[in-house]
Amino acid sequence: MSAVVENTEKVSIEIDGQTVEVPKGASIIAVADELGIDIPRFCYHSKLSAPANCRMCLVDVEMGGRPVPKPLPACITTVAEGMVVRTASERALKAQQGVMEFLLINHPLDCPICDQGGECELQDLALGYGRSVSRFVERKRVVKDENLGPLIATEMTRCIHCTRCVRFLDEIAGTSELGAMHRGEHTEIGTLVGDGVHSELSGNIIDLCPVGALTSRPYRFTARAWEMTSHAGIAPHDCLGSNIELHQLRGRIKRVVPRDNEAINECWISDRDRFSYEGVVSEDRLLAPLLREGNQWHEVDWQTALEAVANALRDTVDAHGADAVGCLISPSATTEEMALHSLLMRALGSDNIDTRLQRADFRDGTSTEGFPGLETAFSKLDSQDVVLLIGAYPRHEQPLLNHRLRKAALAGGKVLAINPCGFDWNFDLAQQAIAHVGELPAVLAAVARVVAREKGTTEPAALAAWKAPTTVSSETIEKLAVIVAGEGKKTILLGALAEGHPAGAELRYLGALIAELSGAGYGALTPGANSAGAWLAGALPDRRADGSAANGLDAKAMLSDPRKAYVLHGLEPDHDLQDPQLAEQAFAAAEHVIAFSSWDTPALRQQASILLPLAAFGETAGTFVNANGHWQIFGGVGQPLGEARPGWRVLRVLGNILETPGFDYEAPDQIHAEVKAQAGEAAVARPSIENALTPLDASADMQRVGILGLYGVDALSRHAPSLQATDQAQPAEVVLNPADEVVKGLSEGDKVSVTQSAASQTFIVRFDNRVPVGSFWLPGGLENTAGLGPMNGPATLVAAGTSA
Amino acid sequence: MSGTAEPIEAGLTEQERAEIDAWLTRFPDSPEGKRSAVIPALHIVQHNSGGWLPRARMDAVAEYLELAPTRVYEVATFYGMFDVEPVGRHKVNICTNISCMLRGSNEIVAYAEKKLGIRLGETTSDGRITLKREEECLAACAGAPMMLVDEVYYTELTPEKIDQILDELE
Repeated sequence: MSAVVENTEKVSIEIDGQTVEVPKGASIIAVADELGIDIPRFCYHSKLSAPANCRMCLVDVEMGGRPVPKPLPACITTVAEGMVVRTASERALKAQQGVMEFLLINHPLDCPICDQGGECELQDLALGYGRSVSRFVERKRVVKDENLGPLIATEMTRCIHCTRCVRFLDEIAGTSELGAMHRGEHTEIGTLVGDGVHSELSGNIIDLCPVGALTSRPYRFTARAWEMTSHAGIAPHDCLGSNIELHQLRGRIKRVVPRDNEAINECWISDRDRFSYEGVVSEDRLLAPLLREGNQWHEVDWQTALEAVANALRDTVDAHGADAVGCLISPSATTEEMALHSLLMRALGSDNIDTRLQRADFRDGTSTEGFPGLETAFSKLDSQDVVLLIGAYPRHEQPLLNHRLRKAALAGGKVLAINPCGFDWNFDLAQQAIAHVGELPAVLAAVARVVAREKGTTEPAALAAWKAPTTVSSETIEKLAVIVAGEGKKTILLGALAEGHPAGAELRYLGALIAELSGAGYGALTPGANSAGAWLAGALPDRRADGSAANGLDAKAMLSDPRKAYVLHGLEPDHDLQDPQLAEQAFAAAEHVIAFSSWDTPALRQQASILLPLAAFGETAGTFVNANGHWQIFGGVGQPLGEARPGWRVLRVLGNILETPGFDYEAPDQIHAEVKAQAGEAAVARPSIENALTPLDASADMQRVGILGLYGVDALSRHAPSLQATDQAQPAEVVLNPADEVVKGLSEGDKVSVTQSAASQTFIVRFDNRVPVGSFWLPGGLENTAGLGPMNGPATLVAAGTSA
Repeated sequence: MSGTAEPIEAGLTEQERAEIDAWLTRFPDSPEGKRSAVIPALHIVQHNSGGWLPRARMDAVAEYLELAPTRVYEVATFYGMFDVEPVGRHKVNICTNISCMLRGSNEIVAYAEKKLGIRLGETTSDGRITLKREEECLAACAGAPMMLVDEVYYTELTPEKIDQILDELE
């Protein structure tokens, strides 16, 4: 698919007077790009197929001493031994100028009012190849704009039909939502039927568009390319840590674009990474420290607020002991913030600190060997022969990791999934097992048994503890397990559904066991941007930054066994915890709930007692460590809004007020250096299979199954208006199997109330055969799922009438 | 082509599947081969859908040939013989390419437009005739000027012949 060819066989060609050895089969344009020779182009892109439809890259070619009769497109002409290429000969230039003249026939010449002006490939090349006066006097064509959704603005009259967007959605996103409709002069890029573009990677077509036909809707007309400065950053939403550039003007982020990093995000970013910056200037930003007195909130200065925090913590420790304090941190906080929280908590005498907010089962504790993540490099996922996904839907969890899996599947690799329900994959799974959520461990145990048999090893005795599953046929398990046991490069990946699974520890244990038996690599698709950083910074109840063991309470235990004081960092209690209902009860009973937050939300006002405004994405410097163990540093771009301050600064001052020794950091790099020194050579580690786990009793209740929605994964994306306007962020629906007993008499579109402990909420019902009987799909992180019980756990469903 | 008693609005009939399958045997058994069958499949489906291609029918073709619907829409809009908007009971295509033009097709078009009270690309208000915007040569230059009415060629057209042919259309 890609025009970049890695071929060890070389041919010798001459290009613009240079004689070079180049890989056989490479295109002239790819070779020229390598050499830094600029050939003009519109339709060619190194990551997409080359259709040669713009003709801008015409070059002069000579073979065997004879010139080819006409100029050839460099994007599809492959190099051959003895070829002589002239990219800027008179004939080549004339051809390029001719193409440019034709392209400009229908293109409006109103660059001053075009959003692409100043960063437009057509504008740039027209300067070099265009005529100063147009010879075309006829009327230009006009094309009606199509609404592609809240993220992408269209100005289709400007389109030059390069079809990069069409090929991107077809080849990379796998959604094929745009096409070239009609013919010749009437060609229009669009959907024909007006369905819009919904891919989770759709924003990349904005970057690909060489003209101003597709532009960013949120950014549109808010700045000019040349006014802004560009700052390297790291996307804060998933464990890839996609490399991005933040474009800022007068201290405000105007837009986010990808920064090339072949090892991580290639040249793409997901829409979540691209458009979430809007949350930074959301109207909900918390702009000043707030103290609660009774039911009244008062704005105070930082000094007063931090003294109140220090007093609250000291009073709690004095009255109830240090163990009465608990700290819950977003897994997308910076390593520096996590490290300082960890130091502060330990200085107070408490080990109750955790970032694993979505984890439901902590029986397996924390690895002492290394941090959670992927043993296989992201860039090697494309070439895996077998990938087994367990409780994972990476298309929503890590959209660009899913792109790697898609590439593997298209290249003939077998991607397998064991999930509690079916999903809308954008590639074909080689085999999948959809089991009732309660049976996932049993399915893994069954797979492990077949793998052991295939490999000729003794079946581990511990496997006998799991009964044979009843919701997946033994043929399916057999087929899937035989592929896992087969030859080749193999990786097992556990995702968010495993993380939040009520018996998640069993899934991790059995996943690691299958990896061991089959010789596959193991990987955890960890929540947030910095789960690895949390391990390194010691923001865990059983591991301190220096590596020493501890015995604090984990995220779940801190809530089920309520503390007297809580410190919350960067999380929304009604969304970000596996069981928001349990959290609400724990916080209601606590004496102090100190929340570091960038946003002021009704739930925080209801549940917290002190609110500290935290610098948001782009406003703070720090480090994220991704799931491959890349330490990625980023700087602050603009001043934080209002009185908000970077977390590390606030924590340093708090440390000083609490007279914690060693809190004299002047810059985040010092904290970074300290964590790094303690981390040493720490790397990704898989869960231990030393100690076997025993299965939990399966609950007979109706089970809710869910992960955080695509645009509900963290506070930043939840406060980004354009992302929230997309289809994926619309109110959650309860998805049920039409054969389920509870749906008797219900039809699609009816209402059903979901009750989990004290919380109850009404949803619209939708039917899907891919959800096993006895469970229903209901994601989290969406407005109408706030404050419910566990995202993966028992729930009661009752019909609540038909929709009006 | 048009004028089926009950136009089919969605899905594919058994008969249509069989006809498409017959075409599929002529192409390689591969995704590309399936793609080659889009044009014959659309002809079959359009024939049974009142002379045009409702979206649900194009989607049915896409599903049957395992293609993205967009790929089918592209083909359906590319070729003049497919219509993606409702048409009249009869499609009248008057050739305006060079041979016919030299033999007076412009006058024939003008006459037909005046007679029917519609412009090229429009349908009479009674839904009887769509005057298609014909863009390419229909390969009957020897009989220019010519037109295609539904599936029948008429050559050496004169205003009198136009009267006679159009008046006979139901």
